[in-house]
Amino acid sequence: MNLTLLMYLIPSIIMFGCGVYGFLTRKNMIAIMISLELMLNSVDINFVVFNRFLFPGQFEGMFFTLFAIAIAAAETALALAIIINVFRAIKNVDINQINKLKF
Amino acid sequence: MESVGNIIMYFIIAIAIIAFSVLTVTTRKILRSATYLLFVLFATAALYFQMDYHFLGAVQIAVYAGGIVVLFVFAILLTHKPGADTQAITSHRKWLGVAVAMIGALVCGYALFSYGGFCGKQLIGDDGLSIDRLGQMLLSTDKFGYLLPFEAVSVLLLACIIGGVVIARRR
Amino acid sequence: MPFNYTIAVIAIPLFMFLFLGLAGVKMSRKLTGVLGVLGMLVTTVLAYGVALTYFFGTGQGQVVDGVRQAITVWNPDWLSFTKTLVVRMGIMLDPIAAMMLVVITTVSFMVHLYSLGYMSDHHGNAEKGFQRYYAFLALFTFSMLGLVVATNLFQIFIFFEMVGVSSYLLIGFYYTSPAANHASKKAFIVTRLADFFFLVGIMILSYYSGSFDFDTLVFGSNHANSLEVAQSIIGNPGVATFMGCSAMTWALTFIFIGGAGKSAMYPLHIWLPDAMEGPTPVSALIHAATMVVAGVFLVARLFPLYVVCQAAMDVILVVGAFTAFYAAAIACVQSDIKRALAFSTISQIAFMMTSLAVSSADGALIEIHEGYGLGYMASMFHLFTHAMFKALLFLCAGAIIHAVHSNENSDMHGLHKYMPITSIAFLIGCLAIAGIPPFAGFWSKDEILVACYNKGLGWGIWMTMVAGLTAFYMFRIYFLIFFWNKHEVHTEHEPKDQPWTMTLPLIILAVISIVAGFVPAHNMVTWDGGHLHTQLDWTVAGTSVLVALVGIGLAFKMYYKENPLPERMASSCRGLWTAAYKRFYMDELYQFITHKVIFQGICKPIAWFDRAIIDGFMNMLAVGTQHAAYGVRRLQSGSIQGYVVVYFLGALLLAVITLICVLVF
Repeated sequence: MNLTLLMYLIPSIIMFGCGVYGFLTRKNMIAIMISLELMLNSVDINFVVFNRFLFPGQFEGMFFTLFAIAIAAAETALALAIIINVFRAIKNVDINQINKLKF
Repeated sequence: MESVGNIIMYFIIAIAIIAFSVLTVTTRKILRSATYLLFVLFATAALYFQMDYHFLGAVQIAVYAGGIVVLFVFAILLTHKPGADTQAITSHRKWLGVAVAMIGALVCGYALFSYGGFCGKQLIGDDGLSIDRLGQMLLSTDKFGYLLPFEAVSVLLLACIIGGVVIARRR
Repeated sequence: MPFNYTIAVIAIPLFMFLFLGLAGVKMSRKLTGVLGVLGMLVTTVLAYGVALTYFFGTGQGQVVDGVRQAITVWNPDWLSFTKTLVVRMGIMLDPIAAMMLVVITTVSFMVHLYSLGYMSDHHGNAEKGFQRYYAFLALFTFSMLGLVVATNLFQIFIFFEMVGVSSYLLIGFYYTSPAANHASKKAFIVTRLADFFFLVGIMILSYYSGSFDFDTLVFGSNHANSLEVAQSIIGNPGVATFMGCSAMTWALTFIFIGGAGKSAMYPLHIWLPDAMEGPTPVSALIHAATMVVAGVFLVARLFPLYVVCQAAMDVILVVGAFTAFYAAAIACVQSDIKRALAFSTISQIAFMMTSLAVSSADGALIEIHEGYGLGYMASMFHLFTHAMFKALLFLCAGAIIHAVHSNENSDMHGLHKYMPITSIAFLIGCLAIAGIPPFAGFWSKDEILVACYNKGLGWGIWMTMVAGLTAFYMFRIYFLIFFWNKHEVHTEHEPKDQPWTMTLPLIILAVISIVAGFVPAHNMVTWDGGHLHTQLDWTVAGTSVLVALVGIGLAFKMYYKENPLPERMASSCRGLWTAAYKRFYMDELYQFITHKVIFQGICKPIAWFDRAIIDGFMNMLAVGTQHAAYGVRRLQSGSIQGYVVVYFLGALLLAVITLICVLVF
C-alpha cells in the first residue's frame, strides 16, 4: 500500500468541511474563530502536500504556509481583541447579538 | 513501497485529524473545543514532520499550538464562566451547516477526482531542505528569496500588536 | 488744489456712522447725540467752505470764459473690468453738486440738532435706539453726499442704493411697529423696482457710449460744449432702435424711471406717504428735502443728454405735470398732517421735474436761445428753496406731533395760542411754498412758471393752477392745525413750544426760507455753468401770486373757523372726495396687480410647475430609490453566518463553473 497524494488530501477536506460546518452553526464567536482556524489549517496542509508531492526541491508552498501561519497568528490576536472588546460592551459573545448594523 | 511504520503513522495522524476536527465543532463546551483544536494542530504538525518539513512542523507547534491556542484559552477564560455549555444549536441551522459543508466537500472532492492525474503521486525521498538553506532563502533577495514578505510580515505583526493593544485596552 | 478737503465732507459722516454704530452702545445716549451733532456741524462748515470756494473762488482753471468748470477733485480707479471699462470712485464738483452739498449738510445738521429734542420724552431723556438713530442719520448723510459728488453713473447707482438702504433703516426705526415695518419694506421694494430700470438704463447708456464717466458723457473737454458731446453720443448709436425709439431714448427713459422711483413720481409714488411712519425728523431730511430729490438731481446731472433726446424729455414732462396735479389734489383732503405734507412734497418734486423737462423749450434744438436752460436753473433753485421750507414744515409738524402725540388734524386744532413760535414758523413755510413774495418759494416757482409758459401756454396754465392748489392745501393744513376751534387738551401735558434744540432749527430754517429767494441762482446753478439773464416776468408773477392768494383766501374762508362748509362740499361730491382721500386707489391698484395678477396669475402656475413637475420628478426618483432600498435591505439581515452561507455558496458556484469550463472545453 502506498501513501499517495490523495490520501493526504482526504483529512484536509474533512477538516475543511468541519470548519465550514462549525463556522455556520456555532453561535459563540470564539467557537467561530476556532472553526476558522480549522479551515485555515486544512488549506495550509493542502499547500504543503502539493508542494511536497508535485514539486519536490522547490519550497514555494512551504514558505506560503509559513507566512500564512504568521498572518493567522496576527489575525487571531486582533479578532480576539475585538471579541473581548465586544464582550466588554455587551457582556456577551453571541454572534446574533452583534446586529446593530442591520437595517 | 512505504515502510509499514510510515503507513501506520499516517493512519494514526489521519484518524486523529478527522476525529478531533469533528469533535472541535461538535462539542458544546468551548474550552474543550479549543483543546481539540490543539490536538488537530498537533496532528497537522505531525503530518508536516512526516513529509520532512521539520522546520514547518516546529513552527506549527510553536506558533499555532503554542501561541494561538493559548490566546484562545485566554479569551475563553476572559469571556466565559468555566464549564458552562454554549447554546444548543438549532436543528435547521445544524442541517444547513451540514448541507453546505457536504456540498463544499463534494465539489472539492469531485474536482480532485476528475482533475487529478496527480492523485496517485507518491512521496519522493529527501528533497534536500536543510535548515541553513531555508534560512538563506528566507533572508535573501535572490530569485527564490523571501526577504520582502518576511519584512512585510514583520510590519504586519507590529501593526497587529499596536492594533490589539488599542482595541482591547480599557477606555 | 483748493478742494482737496472736500473728501473730509464725505469722510466725516462715514466715520460718524462707523463710530456711533460700533461704539455708540458703550456711550450714554445723550453723548452720542451731541457727538453726532458736532460731527455734522464740522461737515456743514466744511461743505459751506467748499461751496463758497467753488462759487466765488477764482482759482486756476475754475472759471474759463465766465463759465464755471466741473472740477474733478479725486477720481481713482475702483474696479477695472477691462482696459476701457473702468468704474471709478471720486469726487466731482460742479454747480449743482456744490449746491446740493449746502442743501444736504444744512438740512442734515438741522435735523441732527432737532432730533436731540424730538427723540426724547417729555423729561428730556433720550429714547431707546438713540445711538442707532444717529448712526443711521450719519450713514444717510454720507450716502447722499457721495451721491451728489459722484463722478460717474456707477458711483451714483451705488450711492442711490445706499440712500435707499438708509431710508429703509430709518423708516423702520420703530421696528416693533408693524406699520413701520410694512412701510420700510414697501419703500425699499418700490425703489428697488425703479432702480432695476436705472441699472438697465446705465447698461444701455454705457454700452453705446463706452463710458460711465460724466466727464465723457456730459461735460466733454469743456463744460460749454457739452451739448455737442451729448449729441455725438446720442447721434452715434442712433441706428440701434427698439420699438421705434432709439437705444438712447430707452436708456434715458429707464434712468428717469430710476429717478422717478426715488423721487416718488406717479405711479411709483406709493411708498412715500407710507414712509411717514418713520420719525418725523427723518421724514424732513430724507423724504422731503434730500433723498427724494435724488431723481431730480439725476436727471439734472444728465441734462445735456436729455436735452437732445426729446422723447425722453416728453415722458418726464407728462409724468411730472400729471404728478404735480395728482399729488396736490390728494393733499387737499388728507387728514394726517405728515401725509398731507408728503403729498405736497411729491407735488413740489413734480414741479422740479416738469421744470427740467420744459427746459429745452421748443424741441431738440441745439442752438442756444433766449430762455434756454431757464427751466434747469429754476428746477435747481426750487430744489434748494423747497428743501429749506419743506424741511421747516416737517420739523414744525414734528414739533406739533411731539406736543399732542397724534398725527391727525382733528387732534390739533387751535394750537396757535399754545405754540406761537411753531405757528409762525409754519406760516412762513406755508407762505414760502404758496409762492407769496418775498418768500423763497415765490422766486423759484416763478422761474418754473416762466419756463412752463415758454414751453407752451397750456403747460403754464396747468402749472399755475397746481400752484394755486398748493396754496390752498397748505393753508388748509395751517388753519386746521392752528385755528379752526379751541384746542381740547387730551393728554396731561398742555401742548407748548418745544425745547430750544427743536425750536432753534425752526427759526434758522424760517429765516432761510425768507431770504433764500434772493440767492442769485441764475448766476450759480445754470446747466452750462455760465450766467443766465433773467428778469421777473410781471405777468406770470402777478398771475401766480393772484392765484395763490385766491387759494389762501378760499382756505381761510373754509377752515379758519369751525364751520360746516368743508363738510358740505365734501358731501356734495362724496365720490370724488373719497377717491382723493383714498389717494385715487393707487395702493389698492398695486395690491390688485401684485396679488391678484402677478401672484395668482403668474407666480402660482410657476410655483405649481416647480412643485409638481420639477420637484415631482425628483420626488419620484427619491421614492423609487426608497422602495428599491426597502426591498434590498432584507438582505442586510445582520446575521453574519447568513452572509457566510451566501458567500460560500457563491465561491462554490464559481468553482463549479470553473470545473465545467475546464472539463467541457
